[in-house]
Parts: sequence; structure tokens; C-alpha cells
Amino acid sequence: MNEFLFVILPYLCLTTFVVGHLWRYRYDKFGWTTRSSQLYENRLLRIGSPLFHFGMLGVVGGHIIGLLVPQSWTDWAGVSEHAYHVVAVTGGLLAGVMAVVGMAILMYRRRTVGPVFSATTRMDKVMYAFLAVVIVLGMWNTIAGSIMTIGGEYNYREGVSVWYRSFLAFHPDASLMADAPLGFQLHALVAFGLFALWPFTRLVHVFSAPVGYLTRPYIVYRSRDDAQLGSHRPRRGWDRVG
Amino acid sequence: MKVMAQMAMVMNLDKCIGCHTCSVTCKQAWTNRSGTEYIWFNNVETRPGLGYPRTYEDQEKWKGGWELTKSGRMKLKAGGRLKNLMTIFSNPILPSIGEYYEPWTYDYSTLTDAPAQEHTPVARPKSLISGKNMKIEWSANWDDDLGGSTETAHRDPMLKKIADKVKFEFEQTFMFYLPRICEHCLNPSCAASCPSGAIYKREEDGIVLVDQDKCRGWRKCVSGCPYKKIYFNHRTGKAEKCTFCFPRIEVGLPTVCAETCVGRLRYIGLMLYDADKVLAAASTTDDQGLYEAQRDVFLDPFDPEVMRAAEYAGIARDWIDAAQRSPIYALINTFKVALPLHPEYRTMPMVWYIPPLSPVVDVVAETGEDAEDKGNLFAAIDALRIPIEYLAELFTAGEVEPVDAVLKKLAAMRCYMRDINMGRDPDPSIPAAVGMSEEELYDMYRLLAIAKYDERYVIPAAHAEQAHSLEELSTECSVSEYGGGQQDLFGEGSGIPTPIAVENFQMLQDRQTSDSLAGPSHTKGRVNLLNWDGKGSPPGMFPPTGSDS
Ligand code: HEM
Repeated sequence: MNEFLFVILPYLCLTTFVVGHLWRYRYDKFGWTTRSSQLYENRLLRIGSPLFHFGMLGVVGGHIIGLLVPQSWTDWAGVSEHAYHVVAVTGGLLAGVMAVVGMAILMYRRRTVGPVFSATTRMDKVMYAFLAVVIVLGMWNTIAGSIMTIGGEYNYREGVSVWYRSFLAFHPDASLMADAPLGFQLHALVAFGLFALWPFTRLVHVFSAPVGYLTRPYIVYRSRDDAQLGSHRPRRGWDRVG
Repeated sequence: MKVMAQMAMVMNLDKCIGCHTCSVTCKQAWTNRSGTEYIWFNNVETRPGLGYPRTYEDQEKWKGGWELTKSGRMKLKAGGRLKNLMTIFSNPILPSIGEYYEPWTYDYSTLTDAPAQEHTPVARPKSLISGKNMKIEWSANWDDDLGGSTETAHRDPMLKKIADKVKFEFEQTFMFYLPRICEHCLNPSCAASCPSGAIYKREEDGIVLVDQDKCRGWRKCVSGCPYKKIYFNHRTGKAEKCTFCFPRIEVGLPTVCAETCVGRLRYIGLMLYDADKVLAAASTTDDQGLYEAQRDVFLDPFDPEVMRAAEYAGIARDWIDAAQRSPIYALINTFKVALPLHPEYRTMPMVWYIPPLSPVVDVVAETGEDAEDKGNLFAAIDALRIPIEYLAELFTAGEVEPVDAVLKKLAAMRCYMRDINMGRDPDPSIPAAVGMSEEELYDMYRLLAIAKYDERYVIPAAHAEQAHSLEELSTECSVSEYGGGQQDLFGEGSGIPTPIAVENFQMLQDRQTSDSLAGPSHTKGRVNLLNWDGKGSPPGMFPPTGSDS
């Protein structure tokens, strides 16, 4: 059972994630967008979206540090267990609260603002459901697990994180996850579900985060595609010479 | 010197009767799909008036275009690159749909389905955004012909600048129409604002386009463009803009708006310019120097050195030839009667305007004086400061002299030609008064008044070795290969796009037979005017008559 939950299922989800993105990018570049709804409604979005996104960026950053940086490295750098814990919990809490509040506003907006609601696809609803569960479970783990230590002390950097790295290195060790508290297990499982859905939702926009904008020239010049005028390719045998 | 070619347009505002034919045919060709209901790539505004979207010219509010930093460098008015990215999650300067207008239709079925009854049934307006009943409060040309302008015109940003002198009273009003399309700028701030780099300027002809496959819907271009000529398709989540009808231009046909213009007021042709000088010109310190600075960027296509450099830059011989015959070059540089719209935005716009003399003529005519007499007209131009200052706010960042000079040339042309038409001896002192020779003035008259199709539109075809694959001759691919896709799953328009030139009866039929108010939920729904050369009527332009269907 543990093998299935913490090895087979995650790999299935990861495969869907990777292959799904490749497929979507090849097949549906036109649909690859944020599908912004700001034109419909601005008042709530103006608060909700930046709150959610800046919170989420913090959360993602926190996960990268927490999951990918082994405890031995921070120990080596002289960061004490306690100091790490304090920084991680306050940072995580702050980012988490921002994300939760932002998400609550966004979901409220999705449901109550007429035009936004009618532009909401089935995929959006499923995506929001998964996203909400993942985030709430994550918050629960931070608050109940790390602050109030309900159900005893648990150092995820010796359990979940090690499992996660072993998983990414294709040497998965399910037992590490099996020993983790239920909250962590659920959080990880639902998150993998979200990853499997990811390529089929508007969340693909995350992978086009426009960092290149900071360095590219302001004005882009492009030649009319030499091989083709207009929007379809010449038929085989009609290719241009020279 | 880096020579580049730019397809450009000039509109002669004196000839605009405000009939909106350009807007309607453009819409029919490009934006009659759902998601684009509120979008007019071409719109006609009555000025003074608020424009579309409302007060778009107020850059203190909307922050479009460029500005100079204290050190004299160009910067987007909305802020630098980092600020642009930090505000990406919610764009603080994006006009809401209300600034454009909430598109609507009428519930016509209540009219046709109503039983016999005492009162006439009413078709209520329904929002095309929410599908609900709505109150119509604004539209793309709500203040057409100054309708309601006593209420709204004082908010016209250009009028505000000269407001202390203006009393907007009916007896003192002047008005004219301003048709607008995308300016296809030499220094486009929309492209500079696009985080994905999806907006590009075509090297061959300078047309500015949005790559629909690269656009990620960050909607920064909408606020970046000071003319607000980039629109957000709210169904597909992508930016769309005027394409200068590039599929038509590529085969030498004028744009749909120009082709269908009743007043024949549009001119299309090439301009050669020096790309190396654009940035320096756009950084001219004084706003009022920008008009001249931009004219300096243009190259003389008759100059042998320019011709050599152009050929070196890979511009074909027939294009250089077209640049020499370009009506745009003549209007901008030879006769100097065309002016750019809002040069102070520093985007180097490429759709220019001949300012209207008609507000002046109207005033003179109303006094009962002879409105074709040089003395009267020149005196009126000097006396009518308010219309002229207003025009200067639009075309020369407030500097009155260039507008004055253009209007005097137009007035001179009127008076000079009147003598000829009346069989009197032409008066050489008239052209001399505006610094032109008789021959020049006559040439200008020819171009402005009687130029034929091929003089108004000098459009060299794109290099046609590839003719078989031009959009126009969609001979290669059967219509049935297009369409379909997983639209329900990922939302409007995802999947492989249908080429714009594929005419599809099915599309039209779908739209006309669809039951939903907001149009069919997929993108198949347009009549294609792009292939129309003005002769006959293309299939599908009009709804099928009973016998056909
Ligand atoms: C780092 C880069 C990111 C950028 C630049 C970005 C940008 C955007 C933009 C522009 C919108 C459209 C807002 C609107 O106008 O309606 C949006 C929506 C959204 N983003 Fe992101 N995003 C990023 C990362 C993320 C991440 C990491 C997540 C979550 C895991 C996320 C989840 C969402 C969701 C759920 C929406 C839909 C909001 C709604 O309208 O209900 N984004 N994003």
C-alpha cells in the first residue's frame, strides 16, 4: 500500500505532469494563457491576486528550500536547528496566510461575480478544489504540526524532505513517508494530484513566468516567416527554393 | 544608416463624414467573434469628445506610451521593467470594460414570439458579457456628433488643456471626426510592455502584430499603448490588435477600412526610414520638437545614397519604386500637410492625419462671407484660436504653427482651385503666400481631391515567389481540415487556429442560427471581408435569403 501511495502514484503523477506539459505545449500553444478576468472585475482582483501570488511565490520558494536543501548543508553552514525552524515557520506562516486569504478572495470572486463565474471552466473548478485542499493542509501542517506540535514533534527535514529527494533521484524510499504524520501524507498526495492536473489547467501560465523580460530588448523585430506567408505552411513540394 | 520600410497611412479628416463604414467593415472582417464584441480595431470618434475608450488620451491617468527620465533616457510611462513585472498579477492601469463599454444585444425573440396584445412588446438589451438584462450607459461612440456633449465633453483630456478659453456652448462649437486604427509605431510601447515578447514589428513592412501563440495574456500591452489600440479578447485571454490587414497588404490590396471608406479619405503607402535614428528622435527633449524629429527619421527615397543603402538592406527594387511613388511620403514630406497623432507619446506613430479645415470654413460660411476667399479664410484661421489650439493638442503636442501652416495650405488650395474652376485666371500670389509653387499646389490638389485608386494606395506586393501560399489564394487546404479541438476543456479558442482566409459558410450559419445571446461558445463565426477587392459581394456577406437556405 505504501509502495503504491508513495512510489507508484507519485511517479504516475509526475509522468502526467511532464508528458502533459509537452503535449499541451505542442498541441495548444494558443490556449496557453492566464485567461485573465481583470476586464470583468477589478476591485476584488486588485487585492486578491497580488496577495495570492506573492504568497504563493513565497510558499513555492519555501518548499524549494525546505525540500531540496538537505539538513546537513544548513548544519554545515552553521544554521542551528532552532534558527532554521523559526525562520521557516514565520516565513511559511506569513506566505501561507497571504496565499490563503488571497485565494479565499479569488474563489469568492469566481463564485459571486457573474461574468467571472460564467467564464469559469470545469477545469478551473477542479483546479481550485485541489489547490484549496493542498494549501489548507499545508497550513495545517505548519500550524498544528510545527507550532502547536499536536501529535508530537516531527522534523520533516529528516522525513518528508529526504523521501522527496530520494523520489526525485529515482531511489524512492516509501517508508520515510509512511512514518510521517497523516497531515503531511495527505498534503503530499493531494499535491501530486494537483501536479497531475497542472498541465490541463490555466496553471500552465506559471511556466511562462516572463523573467526574460528583464533582459530582452524593448522592441522585438521579426521577419515575416520566410517559409510561409500567412498562417499555414506551404504544402510539401511547394517549399521555396533558395 | 539602417534603412527599413514601413507601411503607413494618412487620413484626410476634411473628407470624413463620420459614417462609421470603416469601423463596421473592419469589425465584420476581424472582430465579429465572441470575446471581441466590444473591440473596434477601427473606430471613429467625434471630437471634441471623450474617445474610445473614454479619456484614453489622459496619460496622467492611463500612463501609456513613453516618457523621458531626468537624464533624458526613454522609459515606459507605466514604469520600468521591474515595476512592470511586479504589477503583473493585477494591472493597476488597465481600463475596465466600462471605459470601453459593455457590449450588448437585444432580446429580439420577444418581438417575434409575442402574442397579439395591447402594448407593443419591447426587446430588452442583454449584456453580452453576463447575459443579463442591462442598462445601456455608454458605447464606442456614445457622444457621436456631439450628442450629450454638454454633459461629457468637458472631460475630454485635450479640451481640458485649453479649457480656460472654452465655453462649451452650442453656438460656439466646432466638431470633426477622427477615425483611428493602430498606429503601427516605429517605437511601439505596447511591444516594449509585453512581458512575453509576443508583440513584434515585422522587419519587411513595419506592421505590428501579436503572435497569438506566444501571447500569455499578461494584458500589459493594453495599458502600455497610449492610443489604447490593443484589446483583450476576454474569451480567449489573448491580446488582439489591428493587423493593418496584412493578408491583403501582402498581395497589394489596401486595408478593409481604406477599401470601404466612402469619403476615400485614406492613403496607404511606404515610408523608408532610418532605424538607427528612431531612438534618438523619440528622445527629443521638447515634446513640440517630436513632429519635426520624426520627419527627420524618414528618408528621401529619391536620394541615390538612400536607394543604395535600401538595396543593401535587402529592400527589393519594386519596393523602393513604391516608396518613391508613395502618397504618404508626398503628404508628409513634400507637401507637409499630414501630421502625426499625439507625437508627445513618443511612440513615433505611423498613421498620420491631415487636420480638417472644415471647422474654419463652417464658421466663415455661417457669417455669410465667402468661404473660398483667401483673405477671409486666412483671417479666420488666425482668428479661430480655439479649434486650432485643439487641433494642435492632437497633432503637434500643442504647438500651433505647424497646424496653422497646414490649414493655410488647405485654404490656399481651395481659393486657388476656385479661380481655375470658375474659368478665371489662377492667382499665383495664393500659392506664394503659403510658400508653394503653382505646380506644387496643383499637384497637392490632384492628390487630395482626385487621386485614383492606384495613386491613393501604392502597395507593393510581398514577394510573391511564395504566391501559392499566400492567405489570399487559399487553394491549398480544404476548409474541412480546420476547426475542432478541445475547446470545451481549455476554454475558448484553444487548439489549432483556423487560417484567417478560409471562408467558412458554417461559421456564419452557426452564428446566425445560434440560440445563445452571447454568440456561439466557439470561435467559428465570421464573414470574411479580407478577400474582398470591392467588386461584387463575397459569399456570406449577407444573410442567406429564403430561397437559398
Ligand atoms: C511566477 C509567476 C506567475 C505569474 C507572472 C502569474 C500571473 C498571473 C496572472 C497575470 C493571472 C491573471 C489574473 C487576472 O487578471 O485575472 C494569474 C492568475 C492565476 N494564477 Fe498566476 N502567476 C504566477 C504564478 C502562479 C502560481 C505559482 C500559482 C499557483 C500555484 C498561480 C495560480 C493562479 C491562479 C489560480 C490564477 C487564477 C486567478 C483567478 O482569476 O481566479 N499563479 N496569474
